[in-house]
Amino acid sequence: MARNVSTGRKIGTTILAWAVGLLIFFPILWTFLTSFKTELQAIAIPPVFVDFHWTLENYETIQSQSNYFHFMLNSVYLSLGSTLLGLIFAIPAAWAMAFSPTKRTKDVLLWMLSTKMLPAVGVLIPIYLLFVNFGLLDSRLGLIVVLFLIDLPIIVWMLYTYFKEIPGEILEAARMDGATLRQEIIEVLTPMAVPGIASTVLLNVILSWNEAFWTLQLTTTQAAPLTQFIASFSSPEGNFYAKLSAASMLAIAPILIVGWFSQKQLVRGLTFGAVK
Amino acid sequence: MGQIHLEKVRKAFGDVVIIPELDLQIEDGEFVVFVGPSGCGKSTLLRLIAGLEDTTGGKIVIDGQDATDLPPAKRRLAMVFQSYALYPHMSVRKNIAFPLKMAKLDQGEIDKRVANAAKILNLDNYLDRRPGQLSGGQRQRVAIGRAIVREPAAFLFDEPLSNLDAALRVGMRLEISELHQRLETTMIYVTHDQIEAMTMADKIVVLRAGNIEQVGSPLELYSQPRNLFVAGFIGSPKMNLISGEPASSRNAATIGIRPEHLTLSTSEGAWKGKVKVAEHLGSDTFLHVDTPLHEEPLTVRADGEFPVRHGATVYLTPDESKIHRFDDKGLAIR
Repeated sequence: MARNVSTGRKIGTTILAWAVGLLIFFPILWTFLTSFKTELQAIAIPPVFVDFHWTLENYETIQSQSNYFHFMLNSVYLSLGSTLLGLIFAIPAAWAMAFSPTKRTKDVLLWMLSTKMLPAVGVLIPIYLLFVNFGLLDSRLGLIVVLFLIDLPIIVWMLYTYFKEIPGEILEAARMDGATLRQEIIEVLTPMAVPGIASTVLLNVILSWNEAFWTLQLTTTQAAPLTQFIASFSSPEGNFYAKLSAASMLAIAPILIVGWFSQKQLVRGLTFGAVK
Repeated sequence: MGQIHLEKVRKAFGDVVIIPELDLQIEDGEFVVFVGPSGCGKSTLLRLIAGLEDTTGGKIVIDGQDATDLPPAKRRLAMVFQSYALYPHMSVRKNIAFPLKMAKLDQGEIDKRVANAAKILNLDNYLDRRPGQLSGGQRQRVAIGRAIVREPAAFLFDEPLSNLDAALRVGMRLEISELHQRLETTMIYVTHDQIEAMTMADKIVVLRAGNIEQVGSPLELYSQPRNLFVAGFIGSPKMNLISGEPASSRNAATIGIRPEHLTLSTSEGAWKGKVKVAEHLGSDTFLHVDTPLHEEPLTVRADGEFPVRHGATVYLTPDESKIHRFDDKGLAIR
């Protein structure tokens, strides 16, 4: 039976939810608005909200000053590449830990997670030196590997929790039915885990897309992704907030759109009912 | 063919011994039921035969071939799981065809076998549905269909009916029995329900704590239980087990008498008692009678029409030839 909620309470929670949502969304909204202002309006006090002369000038300037698509393409390569590489390693790892756990499985999972607690700057010098020695500085390949390693624990963890939800009996049935290990993983486990894998992919694409520390340290031009693109508009020319906002909007737009369209896919679960 | 031979099979998880050491011979075409209380190792034993668990020791021989180290798929066994374990992302047709696809049969043969299995199991109209769109009984049939198409040496059933409601369970029980007569293939069936065991089995294996307590036909176990455990486990309602004077006067530590082997009278008899509860099933009435012989009330089967009230005084007389006698170790005295 549905719970009985009073109208007043409904209105209250609705207002609260909108307030929280707007609060979280506000910085993006502000960046969006600022990107259409002139530099003067951008720093005007009191700030102007929507009542200003809207202009595309910032976007034009940015496009003329740098090649947005070059950076965007690099971001796509880096985020997809590192996520794909992550999946290739994480699916078997999560499979093993979810379906044939040992006494040490929990320890291994925690240990992997603990590597995320290490401040990235702590390994900057060794990794930088490795990159220098292997000639990987400003290369997509080198950065894909670093991003992959950074995100691997999260990918494994996420997949592990999704795989745990899948009844082991279904995999045993596949084994009885003559599926090889490869077929078991590709034809049975993966399709059932699609929603889980999809949300893992999305989250990790976003994480890699937004990763700024390593991308800024290890690239200059060739492999530079959108984080470099934004950064290039901040420091050398002083604080040009309007242009910076326009650059930021351009940088987050693709991932925002992808996230917007995939959210329904992520929420929708796979048809249940195979078990019980 | 479907002969399965277990020789000194042992299973332990670390220090925990599930199955101490066990020998069992299953003949071709037999319907064998493993029955026992939960935790008795019956499912583990089935999984050892299936190859889903590795043995700690001993040998599993299937049709004369040592299968101890063979992977599950190579043992030519098909298994039906308690949870059905259907592939949720595949249609019924693809579920049933999956083992054939894995065996790389050509599509014509696959279609033929799937159609045949669907006909046997009345699944013709559901082949394009997903498991999620089926009822419990239909899902169970799909799971059986997936097993049938492989034409295995033996079928393994792991408590296949325990997720179904009572009415459906009786129907599926009959269907599985009919299927066995039709296919004449060895079936090994695990259950904790002794009624399922009694109604379906050619041979029942009663297990307790990984040990075989007795192997025999349902009627053998019913009429000649080897020990107290089997006597108490097989039969519903349970055999009355009485110790003390009535036992010692018959040279036993415990005697057992089934509810239908006690004659009931309102006027005279060997043991006097008071009716505590009367359960009217229509065809029969089961009386739980308090007697001075025993703390627990004795269960007696009476005619459905037997006139009785709570608290009424009745007399019970055991059929001496049907009394089971057990020694102080719980073993039957023959």
